[in-house]
Amino acid sequence: MTNRVLPWIVGAVLIALPFVYSAPYPMHLMVVVLIWSFAYTSWSVMGRFGLVSLGHGGFFGVGAYSTALLWNYYHLSPFLGIPIAMVLAVTLAIVVTYPCSRFRITGHYFALVTLALSAIVQQVATASRNITGGSLGYTPERAQGGGHILAFQFTDKLTWYFIALGVWAVGLFVRWRVDHSMIAYALEAIAEDEDAAGAAGVNVTSEKLKITALSAAMTAFAGGMYCQYQMFISPDTVSGINVSLQMVFAAVVGGIYVLPGPTVGAIITILLAEGLRIFFGTGALGWDNLVYGTLLVLFIIFLPQGLVGAAWTRLTGARRTA
Amino acid sequence: MLEVSGLIKRFGGFTAVSNVSFQVGQGEILGLIGPNGSGKSTIFNLLSGTLAPTGGSIRFQGHEIGGLPPYRIINQGIGRTFQIPRPFKRLSLFENVALAGYYGQGQPSRAKAFEAAERALTMVGLPTDRDAGIGGLGAAGLKKLELAKALATQPKLLLADESLGGLDETEMDQAADMLRRIRAELGITIIWVEHIMGVLMRVVDRVMVLDHGEMIAEGLPAEVSADPRVIEVYLGTDADAVQAAAVRV
Ligand SMILES: Nc1ncnc2c1ncn2[C@@H]1O[C@H](COP(=O)(O)OP(=O)(O)O)[C@@H](O)[C@H]1O
Ligand SMILES: [Mg+2]
Repeated sequence: MTNRVLPWIVGAVLIALPFVYSAPYPMHLMVVVLIWSFAYTSWSVMGRFGLVSLGHGGFFGVGAYSTALLWNYYHLSPFLGIPIAMVLAVTLAIVVTYPCSRFRITGHYFALVTLALSAIVQQVATASRNITGGSLGYTPERAQGGGHILAFQFTDKLTWYFIALGVWAVGLFVRWRVDHSMIAYALEAIAEDEDAAGAAGVNVTSEKLKITALSAAMTAFAGGMYCQYQMFISPDTVSGINVSLQMVFAAVVGGIYVLPGPTVGAIITILLAEGLRIFFGTGALGWDNLVYGTLLVLFIIFLPQGLVGAAWTRLTGARRTA
Repeated sequence: MLEVSGLIKRFGGFTAVSNVSFQVGQGEILGLIGPNGSGKSTIFNLLSGTLAPTGGSIRFQGHEIGGLPPYRIINQGIGRTFQIPRPFKRLSLFENVALAGYYGQGQPSRAKAFEAAERALTMVGLPTDRDAGIGGLGAAGLKKLELAKALATQPKLLLADESLGGLDETEMDQAADMLRRIRAELGITIIWVEHIMGVLMRVVDRVMVLDHGEMIAEGLPAEVSADPRVIEVYLGTDADAVQAAAVRV
């Protein structure tokens, strides 16, 4: 029952919220939380099937940089730039995942190979100083005059809030659809026993590629959107190992097997980072990573289902639903 | 329907299957016996695409299938069970079989996959309700699940690997009966692997004997169990089984 009604109540509250209360800083936090929630959910689309990728920082970075570069150099609207960025990310995902699947690189080894991917994207963004501005970061040119819609640039936080809310909801819907389709059975089976899955007729490589492509495309979209919202990107905020790890931390802390898990993870980690920043100032820069790391280890040992997953099990005694 | 010729499989320097040739006709139940480690499961792995042959050819309904990936072979109509049951523990009983019904039939509609799963579960005598887990299945139940997964793919040829392993006398008879019914009611051709002769000899039309990867005898059950080479192979390992088989045949 609650399962049916709850999403609509939460949705209604979130839509009504800014009409009641819309101070800029909380609004900003909400937008950031929604964008990252979407990104973490995108990661969990494959991560929940034991396909632990540390390459998603790479996909996010490709999304952000491609969108900005296409806009600045070719005046290509993000409405085209983001889809192109998604195609690029999917291509990268296939280039990495296909050989991994063929040579049976799974589990920790898959995580390590994908880790290299996010490191490479960060390196390229940092080293191509003439094009990307290197480690100093990069800013999409502000659109002049009335071109704001095509430029996908809005100064109004409320607009961004509704865009991010919509995208986040679509992200949850996509993951829900995946979780309730036949491919979910196949991926669970692959996670357990690739040969037995093959003997049941599953084309292991193609199913892995499909889910990885979907997850990479969604993550690149998140990167493009982040770029448009922040109007500033730098190699270490949108790509690299840190961003990848942050995705895994948040998703695991919230819970990867339940739909709202990655969202709760985003709320916790972002509030934690903001809290550390406010209380300790810039002196605490990087502390959040230390705290995440410790939390991750504790969660994996004591609460592998994550916060939402554990709460859900407590409440319903259910195993694999939601 | 199946023609295997000169099939070879090497693991490094070790030859597990050595120049094996045989044919299976439509509607036949062919027994494949041999001591442990003689290469029976390896032959199944080659026929089902789990392993690629080192040499030789496998033709199924006129098409070469040697070295194709498992999903393509299944979609052409060869289903297999594993000697040691490999259920998917994260899935329910029904989901296990529905997965095979969906992917094993080349991804038809979900309704068609579920229908195939229901029929397969009914055939082997397992519950068809959606919530049943696999936790309560014993050895016999897990063997049935293996069979149901293979049947849900709607095979024309079924490769059954040691369907009797770990079962007691009554369960063995039931399992043998099941294979008979699968051929009679569904018209499925069967290759049945077992390392003991016993029950198998009473069901199969024809039997082949494997030893150290080589085919040493082939023919009707009565002929084969009287073959001196077969008796020799089994004397060292499983003399009782030979006698039991000889008596029963
Ligand atoms: N994947 C493999 N790698 C190396 N050796 C294998 C592999 N599979 C089987 N073998 C070897 O091949 C031989 C035949 O094994 P198998 O086909 O399982 O025998 P059977 O099913 O007749 O008992 C055994 O000696 C086994 O150790
Ligand atoms: Mg065997």
